Amino acid sequence: MAEVMVRKAEVKALEGDKAVAEAMRQINPDVVAAYPVTPQTEIVMEFSQFVAEGLVDTEFIPVESEFAAMSSCVGASCAGARAMSATCGPGLELMWENLWVASGLRCPIVMAVVNRSHAAPLNILTDQTDMMGSRDTGWIEIYAENHQEVYDNFIQAVRIAEHPDVLLPIMCGHAGFVLGHTLGRVEVLPDEVVRNFVGEYKPLYSLLDIDQPKTFGAYDHWDYFFEHRRQVFEAINNALRVIPEIGQEYGKISGRYYGLVEPYRLDDADVVIMIIGSGAGACREAVDEMREKGTKAGMLKVRCFRPFPAEEVVKALKDKKAVAVMDRCACFGAEGSPLFIETCAAFFNRGLRMKLINYFYGLGGRDTIPSEFCDIFYELSQIAETGEIKPPFVRYLAVRE
Amino acid sequence: MAIKLKEICNQEDKIAPGHRACHGCPETIIVRQVLHTITAMGKPVIAASPTGCLEVCTSPYPQTAWRVPWIHNAFENVSSTLAAAWSTYKHFVKLGKIEDRDVKFVVFGGDGATYDIGLQFISGVIERGQHILYVCLNNEAYMNTGTQRSGATPLGAWTTTTPVGKVVPGKTEHRKDIVGMFVANGIPYAAQAAPHAWRDLMTKVQKAVSIEGPSYIDVIAPCPRGWRFPIDQTIYMSRLAVDTCMWPLYEVENGKYRITTRPLEKKPVIEYLKAQGRFGHLLLPENKHIADELQRKVDQDWEELQKRAR
Repeated sequence: MAEVMVRKAEVKALEGDKAVAEAMRQINPDVVAAYPVTPQTEIVMEFSQFVAEGLVDTEFIPVESEFAAMSSCVGASCAGARAMSATCGPGLELMWENLWVASGLRCPIVMAVVNRSHAAPLNILTDQTDMMGSRDTGWIEIYAENHQEVYDNFIQAVRIAEHPDVLLPIMCGHAGFVLGHTLGRVEVLPDEVVRNFVGEYKPLYSLLDIDQPKTFGAYDHWDYFFEHRRQVFEAINNALRVIPEIGQEYGKISGRYYGLVEPYRLDDADVVIMIIGSGAGACREAVDEMREKGTKAGMLKVRCFRPFPAEEVVKALKDKKAVAVMDRCACFGAEGSPLFIETCAAFFNRGLRMKLINYFYGLGGRDTIPSEFCDIFYELSQIAETGEIKPPFVRYLAVRE
Repeated sequence: MAIKLKEICNQEDKIAPGHRACHGCPETIIVRQVLHTITAMGKPVIAASPTGCLEVCTSPYPQTAWRVPWIHNAFENVSSTLAAAWSTYKHFVKLGKIEDRDVKFVVFGGDGATYDIGLQFISGVIERGQHILYVCLNNEAYMNTGTQRSGATPLGAWTTTTPVGKVVPGKTEHRKDIVGMFVANGIPYAAQAAPHAWRDLMTKVQKAVSIEGPSYIDVIAPCPRGWRFPIDQTIYMSRLAVDTCMWPLYEVENGKYRITTRPLEKKPVIEYLKAQGRFGHLLLPENKHIADELQRKVDQDWEELQKRAR
């Protein structure tokens, strides 16, 4: 059965943004509210065309700002709609207040985030500062490495968000321009396969239920607020179980199986680079190159940053001699980057002491090439040999000082 | 359809008693007037409020005063939130997922959420023609946070962010003409109303929810706490606002202005100022020019309104 469906998939050359729009068309959500912002605009343009051609039933709300986009998604979701949006960088910043409302009201909104830096200086190119900046908002955050994952993630996101044990909004990140505006190979599943996979959204409660009126968004004092927050802690942690479950189920219809993290040549590796998103592509090449040269290099790609898959990360890395943790975001004044700090905490909590180094890289769309990853592997090999990590503990890759 | 008071008296209140509004608060009076009207029309209501007095006094978890579906999202975005619920409703009706029961979608928002922080969102909803009625409970300041000025605060009024000091005599600017803005925005129906003129208000609600598209009713909501008057004078203050033409009662239907209730005798603004502590300093000789300016503006606006309504 699964094989038949895999064969039916159509191979297309799609830009990353259009891969999202295509997935969105197949899902046929009830409401999409979005606002143009570079480099996300392609998604709303493409989807608007689907609406104009009558290819979807969706109620498209062309709002006047990203804040209105998220507000509309919250209103629609509480009214029982499967609601979606797309944004990036500054748009996500503008939504900030309402991101918390979306998770607090347990709205399973699905949103594509075409990762873009934050100004100033103004820069429209990619880094992950946007999603990293909203990592504690109660949204699930998954990232794509390539065009296929952009498409696959968005479809799985619906099931993850709407899972009764989760019921939280989800962001699917992909790199602006690098994936968003370049063509890549995407196996597009047949429409009916996608529609069967996502099914119909059946909300527990709806604002539209006029016969059983409900109050949405009541305010809490000290007497209930913490308990409601505790429920969100619980729900997002449930996603650690749900995300791989959905990833396995998706594998059955697509032949592509997904988990929380993805190892590459990791089993026997001594030195490892840990990375999120499109940078993993160049890193893979570096791993292969180092392997050819006799270094036991490997990579751990983190697909899901929120909830943080601590168990999987520790399991994958605990026997490694040295690990470089890469973060493509600006996070000023911290002891390290978000991924680094999480990873340190994961090991520390389990009483493990690791040789970890931390790099900020690729900010504002700066390319990171395989040879730069190779340099990090050389550095890691030295650390593995000497057992010594020299300061500075926070490092910046390929930047003019 | 004429509104029958007797019939309305027998209806169940859609906002339950026991809510936590202050003594003398006009907001729940206005909300009841609006909900009673739509209920009398036989239409179901789905309501929403931004952050504000009404929101906090009707929804302290685990209690709620709302007997209709109600949503609060945040301060600025109630219009987009409820408008999206309406869009969802329309979508589900189109798909045949739910029956069309001609549900009315109504926002009850304060003036801070309307004139200031939420203006963009209302403007967007009007431009997109999403079918909601926006009722502004206009107490002319941020009362929920302790009487700070808003774009609806009249000239000269004391608030905690336009305090009366040695060099600044209260608010130094006139209020926004928000109905004018929405009319310019192309809204099919907009009006000013007041809770003492309940029949006028209810008739406006009937019209507002009967037209296709967005509508707006700005209701003066005299606040005993913020305006500094005794709690038994709320309705009197509402009447005085209209009688002095500080708050004329009119409507604009598809761009056409109509004065709906004229004061029997246009009273001087000073009577309104005398009745409220927030204007107390305007009675001092050195501030007479401010009181005069208020009167001048009221006269000018009233003339202009009468011209438009001709």
